[in-house]
Amino acid sequence: MSPAILLLLVIGLGLAGWLAARARAWAFRSKAESGRLAALPSYHGWYVALWIAIPAVLFIAIWSFVSPQLIDQAVIASPAASELPEFGFQRDALLREAKSVATGSSPAVFNEQAAALVDPYRDAISRYGLLGGLATLVIAFLGGAWSFLKVKPDFRARTRVERIVMGTLLVASLVAILTTLGIIVSLVFETVRFFGMVNPIDFLFGTEWGPDPMSNPDNPDPDRFGAIPLFWGTIYIGAIIAMIVAIPLGLMSAIYLTQYAAPRTRSWLKPALEILAGVPTVVYGYFAALTVAPFIRDLAVSIGISGASSESALAAGLVMGVMIIPFVSSMADDSIAAVPQAMRDGSLAMGATTSETIKRVLVPAALPGIVAGIMLAISRAIGETMIVVMAAGAAANLTANPLEAMTTVTFQIVQMLTGEGSFDHPATLSAFALGFVLFIVTLGLNFIALRVVKRFREAYE
Amino acid sequence: MVTVIHPNLETTDAKMKAKDVSVYYGDKMAIDKVSIDIPTEYVTAFIGPSGCGKSTFLRTLNRMNDTIPSARVDGEITLDGEDIYRSKMDVVQLRARVGMVFQKPNPFPKSIYDNIAYGPKIHGIAEGKDELDAIVERSLQRAGLWNEVKDRLTDSGTALSGGQQQRLCIARAIAVDPEVILMDEPCSALDPIATAKIEELIDELNGRYAIVIVTHSMQQAARVSQRTAFFHLGSMVEYGRTTDIFTNPLEQRTQDYITGRYG
Repeated sequence: MSPAILLLLVIGLGLAGWLAARARAWAFRSKAESGRLAALPSYHGWYVALWIAIPAVLFIAIWSFVSPQLIDQAVIASPAASELPEFGFQRDALLREAKSVATGSSPAVFNEQAAALVDPYRDAISRYGLLGGLATLVIAFLGGAWSFLKVKPDFRARTRVERIVMGTLLVASLVAILTTLGIIVSLVFETVRFFGMVNPIDFLFGTEWGPDPMSNPDNPDPDRFGAIPLFWGTIYIGAIIAMIVAIPLGLMSAIYLTQYAAPRTRSWLKPALEILAGVPTVVYGYFAALTVAPFIRDLAVSIGISGASSESALAAGLVMGVMIIPFVSSMADDSIAAVPQAMRDGSLAMGATTSETIKRVLVPAALPGIVAGIMLAISRAIGETMIVVMAAGAAANLTANPLEAMTTVTFQIVQMLTGEGSFDHPATLSAFALGFVLFIVTLGLNFIALRVVKRFREAYE
Repeated sequence: MVTVIHPNLETTDAKMKAKDVSVYYGDKMAIDKVSIDIPTEYVTAFIGPSGCGKSTFLRTLNRMNDTIPSARVDGEITLDGEDIYRSKMDVVQLRARVGMVFQKPNPFPKSIYDNIAYGPKIHGIAEGKDELDAIVERSLQRAGLWNEVKDRLTDSGTALSGGQQQRLCIARAIAVDPEVILMDEPCSALDPIATAKIEELIDELNGRYAIVIVTHSMQQAARVSQRTAFFHLGSMVEYGRTTDIFTNPLEQRTQDYITGRYG
C-alpha cells in the first residue's frame, strides 16, 4: 500500500474514532448523575482521534524511510541476486533499474542481468507494503482502542488534548532550532576541514586574496587565502557607506513619523517606507549596477577623477543604505514611540520646542533601542549578497577609495561555490570558512542588539 | 451654565484671568464657558468628579492642549492682561512663565542635576556653570529635596522614589522661575507620607508663585488651598474661598459632592 492511501485510511479511522468517542461520551453524559462530564464530548472525540492518528502517522513516516532498505536487502538476499557484481556503480545501477520496472515507472529492463531481479523486487515490494500497511492499521487500532476505553465521565480529556497540542507546538518550534544547529555543525565541519589545509592565521590576517580553484589541492598557496580585503570590503560597504546613508535618513524619517507627521500622513507614509523592505534585493542589485554605478562613474569622470571603475563600492554601499533605511527607521520609530508621552509633555511644559524635546529628551531616552536597530541593520547589511554581487565587483582590493571595485565575504562565497572547483579543494572550502566568520559576526551583533533592546524595554514597563 | 460665586469672595489682583473659556475635542464640548480669576497670593484648587473637565481646563492655562490635534479652545485667557491665545503669543515663553507638574512623576532619564538644569539651559537663563549650579541648588532647596540628593546629583532622576521624583519635577518647574505653577493631581500616584511632603511644599511655595492644583481629594483641597472651584460635567459650578465652599456650599451639587454623595 502506498503511503498516501495509508494516510487517507488513518485519517478515516481517526474520524471514525472521533465520532465513536463523542457518541460514547454523549451516552455517558445522559446517564451521568449530574448530567455533566469532566470534558465536553468533542474533546473525548479529539483525544481518541489524535491517539489513532499521531502514532500511525509517525509509523508511516519511519516506515517510508526504512522499507526501501528492507526491500533492497530482501532482493540482495534472494537467489536471483547471487550473480550480481560485487560492488560499485554497476550493481547499484542494476538494482535501480529492476526496481523502477517493478514499481512500473519504466516499461522494461535495458540490461539482461536486471531482468532476473524484477520479480524478486515485485515480491518484496508487495510483501513489505502489505506488512507496513497492516502494522499501521494495527497501531492505529491499538491507539484508538486504548484511548477509547479511557472515555469515562470523569476523564479529563480536555487537559489531555491541551497537552498534545502543546507537544505539537513544541516540536514545531524545535524544528527551527534544530535546523540552526544543523547549519552551525555543517559550517563548523567544513571550516575545520579548510583550516586543516590553510593556516587560520594566514586566512584571518593575510592581505592577499585570490584562491585558484584549478591549482593542486594538496599544496595550497597560503599567500592567496588572506581574507582581510574581503572583511574590509564587507565592513566598508555594509557598515560604513551603507550606514552613512541609512542612519541619518532612517532616524530622521522615524522622528518625522512619530513627532511631526499628522496621523493621516503617517498612515500612508509609514507603509510606503516599509515597502522598501519588501523589494527583492536582486531588484536593488539591478538598480545599483545599471543606474547608480554608471552615474557615479560618469560623475567622477566629469569632475576629473580618472580611472573610476564602473563597479564601485560606493554604488553598492549607497543602494544598500537605501535598502536598510526601513530597518533603522522602524526600530527607531518603535523605540521613540515607547518613550512615555509623559516625558514629552514634561519637556514641552518646561517651554522646550518640539525639536529641543526630540534632541534632548526623546532621542537620549530611546537611544538603546536606536543603537540596537542600527546593529541589526549592520548585521543585515554585511550579510547582504545580491547587491554586492551585481554592483561591487570581484576584485579584492584593499583600499579606502570608494570609487574602486571591492569585494565582500558574501560575494566570494558565491564565487567559490559556483565555480568548477571540487568540494575537496581549499578554494571551495574557503567559502565555508568565510560563511562561518560572517555567521559569528552577525550572530554577535544580533545577540548584543537583542540584549540592549531587552534592557531598554524593562526600563519603561 | 452660570457659576455661583460666593458673595464674601474679596476681589484680588488676578495673575491669570479666564473669560468664557470653552474647550472642544472634535465636536464634543469638554468645558463650557468657564470664567475664573487666578490670584497670585493664594493657592487655587479645582475639585470635582472624574471627567468633569478640571484637568482639561488646567491644561488650557499653559496651552498644553495644543499637543492634542483635535482640541480647540474658545474664549479668552490672559496672563498679566495679555491674551495667551493670540496668534503672536510665543507658546514656548508662555510655558516658561506658566510651569506644570503632572499627575505621574515624569523625570527625564537623565541625572538629577540635568533634570533641573534642563529648563535653564534651553531658555538660556544661566550664564556659566556657577550660575547653573546655583540655580540647581536653589530649586532643589525650594522643593525640599536638596538635603536628600545633594550627594548624588549625578544619579539618574528615575532612580529616586516616587515622592522624591515628584518633588524633583516641582524643582524642575521652579528652576525656570515661573510666575504660575499648575499642578495636575500631583499626589495621586504617591503614598500618604510623600503626599504630606508635597502639601507642605505647596504651602511653602504659596505666595511666591500663583499655584493652581487639580485634586481628587477634597481633604487635600481643604488643606492646601485658599480658593476652591468645583467643576461638574464641564462646567464650573461654584467658586469661592475654600472655607466657604466646604462649610457653606450654595449649590446642591457642590453639597452632594463634598458630602460624598457622588464622585
